[in-house]
Amino acid sequence: MAELTTLADAVASLVHDGDSVALEGFTHLIPFAAGHEVLRQGRRDLELVRMTPDILYDQMIGMGAARKLVFSYGGNPGVGGLHRFRDAVEHEWPRPIELDEHSHAGMANRYAAGAARMPCAIMRGYVGTGLERIANVKPVVCPFTGEQLMAVPALRPDVAIVHAQEADRQGNVQLWGIPGVQKEAVLSADRSLVTVERIVEELEPRPGGLVIPGWVIDAVAEAPGGSLPSYSLGITTRDNDFYRFWDKLSRDRDEFTEWMREHVLEGVTAA
Amino acid sequence: MSENGEFTSGEVQTVVAARRLSDAQSVFIGVGRPSTAAILARMVHNPDLVLVYESGTIGAKPYRVPLSIGDGELAETADVVVSVPEMFNYWIGTGRVEVAFLGAAQVDRFGNLNSTVIGDYDHPKTRLPGAGGAPEIAGFCREVVVIAPHTKRTFVKQLDFRTTVGYGDGPHDRARLGLRGKGPTAVVTDLAVLEPDPESSELTLAQIHPGVTVEQVLEQTGWDLPVDGSPAVTPEPTDEELDALRELLSR
Repeated sequence: MAELTTLADAVASLVHDGDSVALEGFTHLIPFAAGHEVLRQGRRDLELVRMTPDILYDQMIGMGAARKLVFSYGGNPGVGGLHRFRDAVEHEWPRPIELDEHSHAGMANRYAAGAARMPCAIMRGYVGTGLERIANVKPVVCPFTGEQLMAVPALRPDVAIVHAQEADRQGNVQLWGIPGVQKEAVLSADRSLVTVERIVEELEPRPGGLVIPGWVIDAVAEAPGGSLPSYSLGITTRDNDFYRFWDKLSRDRDEFTEWMREHVLEGVTAA
Repeated sequence: MSENGEFTSGEVQTVVAARRLSDAQSVFIGVGRPSTAAILARMVHNPDLVLVYESGTIGAKPYRVPLSIGDGELAETADVVVSVPEMFNYWIGTGRVEVAFLGAAQVDRFGNLNSTVIGDYDHPKTRLPGAGGAPEIAGFCREVVVIAPHTKRTFVKQLDFRTTVGYGDGPHDRARLGLRGKGPTAVVTDLAVLEPDPESSELTLAQIHPGVTVEQVLEQTGWDLPVDGSPAVTPEPTDEELDALRELLSR
């Protein structure tokens, strides 16, 4: 049964230095508030897992919280590159970062395998690309048809953190709109935290609604607006201007650091 | 010349990409010009065209050009919204999507793409975003149209990293690798349209846009681009196409 708690308490008890942490959300429902709380609590040496490291991971990498990044697309969607991620890879600033790089299909299958507690997933892909050389993938032969396929290793993060629209008082979570890999991330991890826009008395079924039962979640914390500048469909709107603003601000190390100090580190911890 | 007077090379590129979707049932798109072209195709040529974004939105009907592939409007207007594992395993990997529009930082003579790094992988000069969905999209959608700016920086002799296979090292490579889609059927640039030679699979100059010379195209291509006789000139954008495109971008 998920414990309804504060974001600060949830992060303090679930996220440890050195953990493998997946903060997921495919453009939609990105858990910014939780990621910022991880930074405020000074977690270090994290292995950050995420299909699309965008602004949130740019911030976490730029603050030096990550030793390793597991990912498939590190860009600012629709705007361009991620300058802190680039600086870390190209110039090892503020520290070197190890990469475990895959395709989207590979990462999605790796999460699904983790959720199923399978050691690997089997798919068609990677062959003939440079990723085949750099990624941890192995060819396998289908025992039934003889077809040559590719195996990708399961993802089993220590902690998964996702955002959703709402939860009830038993910690059952409902999200709707783009579901990304939210369910797979939660089920693949040893521990999980879901932040929500609001706690409701009873979940009301939504078209396309995805329910994650409270008994597979460790903690649920209310964090209104907790996915901004990403969004929570039906409740908040994506702040496209911020994504463009980030492209300018994040180019400069000092401006970045100062902005993070003022807006994140000294920001108010969500109650 | 159109009644709208001048048009930009970017407008021609978008219009030409949109025309390639006139008879398509479905198209897989990322953000930027591919998305603009696909929405334009729905407005002008093919109102039933199914737009598929990798965020899981199938049959999205955006009114505006979205900034990100996961904008709220895409989910709200879609026929169905699916998870990422379902998108790649049930929809992309099976060849259910007819055309895929892809961009890249580098394109080579066999339509292979790089979106990973400029320079050496371990010590890159420029770290690019990475593969995203491109390798499997290019492998298994029924055909691929590459959309890229025509410069020597983009059209290179040798990719720094092969993120996505076009025709690999030449004819028959796709079959050998088990890639079930046809591969790139066109590269649409702001200067021209390149198409693979049916025998060699090598990109050749098939069509140049109005006002562009063959020399200009060759100058902006990093290898000796084969020219098939005298290439056709792209029909100018019509008033209908230009009005619709400009109206779309002003929304």
